[in-house]
Amino acid sequence: MSEEFLKINDLVVEYSSGGQIVQAVNGVNLTVQKGKTLGLVGETGAGKTTIAKSILRILPMPPAKIKQGEIFLDGQDLLKLPEKEMMKVRGNRIAMIFQDPMTALNPTMTVGDQISEVVLQHNDYTKQQAQERTIEMLELVGIASVRYMDYPHQFSGGMKQRVVIAMALACNPELILADEPTTALDVTIQAQVLDMMRELREKFNTSMILITHDLGVVAETCDDVAVIYAGEIVEYGTREHIFRNPQHPYTLGLFGSLPKLDDDSKRLSPIHGLPPDPTNLPEGCKFGPRCPECKGECGKAPAMVEIEPGHFVRCCKFTAGQRAQGAQKPENGQEAKTKSERGGV
Amino acid sequence: MWRYIVKRLLWLIVIMACVGVIIFTIMWFVPGDPAQIILGSGATNEDIARVREQLGLDRPYMVQLGEFLINACRLDFGESYVYGIPVIQEFATRLPRTLGLGLISMALNIIIGIPLGVNAAIHRNTIWDQGVLVLAMVFISVPQFFLGLLMVVLFSVQLGWLPPFGISGSYPTWMYWIMPVLANSLSGMAMNARQTRSAALETIRADFVTTARAKGLPERTVIYKHMLPNALIPVVNSLGMQLSMVVGGTVVIETVFSFPGIGQYLLTGVNSRDYPVVRGSVMILALFSAVITLLVDLVYAYLDPRIKAQYVNYAAKKGGSKKGGKK
Repeated sequence: MSEEFLKINDLVVEYSSGGQIVQAVNGVNLTVQKGKTLGLVGETGAGKTTIAKSILRILPMPPAKIKQGEIFLDGQDLLKLPEKEMMKVRGNRIAMIFQDPMTALNPTMTVGDQISEVVLQHNDYTKQQAQERTIEMLELVGIASVRYMDYPHQFSGGMKQRVVIAMALACNPELILADEPTTALDVTIQAQVLDMMRELREKFNTSMILITHDLGVVAETCDDVAVIYAGEIVEYGTREHIFRNPQHPYTLGLFGSLPKLDDDSKRLSPIHGLPPDPTNLPEGCKFGPRCPECKGECGKAPAMVEIEPGHFVRCCKFTAGQRAQGAQKPENGQEAKTKSERGGV
Repeated sequence: MWRYIVKRLLWLIVIMACVGVIIFTIMWFVPGDPAQIILGSGATNEDIARVREQLGLDRPYMVQLGEFLINACRLDFGESYVYGIPVIQEFATRLPRTLGLGLISMALNIIIGIPLGVNAAIHRNTIWDQGVLVLAMVFISVPQFFLGLLMVVLFSVQLGWLPPFGISGSYPTWMYWIMPVLANSLSGMAMNARQTRSAALETIRADFVTTARAKGLPERTVIYKHMLPNALIPVVNSLGMQLSMVVGGTVVIETVFSFPGIGQYLLTGVNSRDYPVVRGSVMILALFSAVITLLVDLVYAYLDPRIKAQYVNYAAKKGGSKKGGKK
């Protein structure tokens, strides 16, 4: 068993907007092992980015507020760290790759300066050394060193994302938070960027949290997967668990929403309804109102249940005494899926 | 970049020529005869005709216009009808005062207005922020001349601290400058503070500011190196307009405080139909406005590399091959 590098315990984050409280993250527990990648999957607004920003403590406060929870990095609670110590963690031990490369770079600074800035901040380098390191990083992500003095507007989207990645990796971070690193990119560029990130990760044995709503990306990159819905983790397990034996109706719905090449059905089966209003979350199971399998006993908030070693699901069908079924083999999951599809059309 | 500057300077000549034609034509049609005003109401028609001939006012429009434009190229705006002193000679003593008044006001606008705005944005919704907003609203709303008069009432009449008008006398010289400068700059300062505040609030949420924070930079660096330069781009743009307004606005301030600069000179010229004075003053004020606008555009390019790139591309396209791509 590898060591738990990052451990999040019972994290609760709220935003207050116009007198209303938005419950963005509701009691999330996560662990990331050294050198492994955790995929964080969920719809827009499920709280994925909020979790990542909480780890770095760069949420805008106010309106955001970390109400409770602990975030341990190598045994040290980041939420209790003084701001000055936290600055030494940001960009150095934990780096973040942002969602939109178009806006993540400062338009008034050359890309070289933006990278060397973080190098200078965390190392005792001279300007010259920082520059050399920057050029090394640029070349690592496939950008010619002559572009050091170029401004972000002179780069294409994919190249900008490379710059953002170079910036994140410049100080050899131990943990990378990649927030939808490929969403804004063309499919061809996506593959390149993902390959590059994987290579770099293997080279430096870096841990990573990959935030995405693209299940294809998850299948390709992640060791563990957490499916998140309305600020709660609804299913958690290894990649094999989630892809071979998905159990939570929401996870099944996500798979059902993907177009399949070998399937003749004319329509996709989307998950019906909309994500719940985060200022007014439903009582009990938050997915209940949209759930095709909900039989009315979902009034109580279900707890996480370990249905096989390392595979956790938060659903009433396992808490309401039906636990034996859940432990059955993948065929069961397949069946459940077809059922949900039928229910969806 | 140099091509761009040269191009802009060539345009400057065209602009000045247009200003010259327009001001000449306006004065041509403005009712009131300088000869009549010089001679007073008792003058005979013969006297008036004689003076008109002396001043060259009896010649056709085109001849007079041509003469004015050609002389203006040599910075010769003629002699004042009333005082008989060459206009350019008056400028030598008056222009430094007006420019001093304008530039000091502008410097105050920038040095005080922008930091006020940045601080208001950082401490958003605090008493500090609200205070800045309210004060700014007051100073934007109150007209400059009225503010000037109120200041005279308070500081000169009631308290007797500052001289009410002029630029020399029994007080130390610098004291004569305080009220004109303040009256001229407070509204601009308030405008800058407000605009910087809203631009900063917009930029403070920008993704690249979060990126900067995620790099572990100290908050000061995040604000002054990443947020501020980007927030200032729209502010600099409006500074350009403000600058030309400050130069023109001195007309009002100089009149309120009897401050002997170009603005006051222009106004007396208009009242006595002193054509050379009016034309000369307008030309010189227009020239400064145009030059300031150019300077602001250059600062703009310096702040925002995207704009600089446009200039460079434009110049390359103009000067180089015709097959160049997009702008």
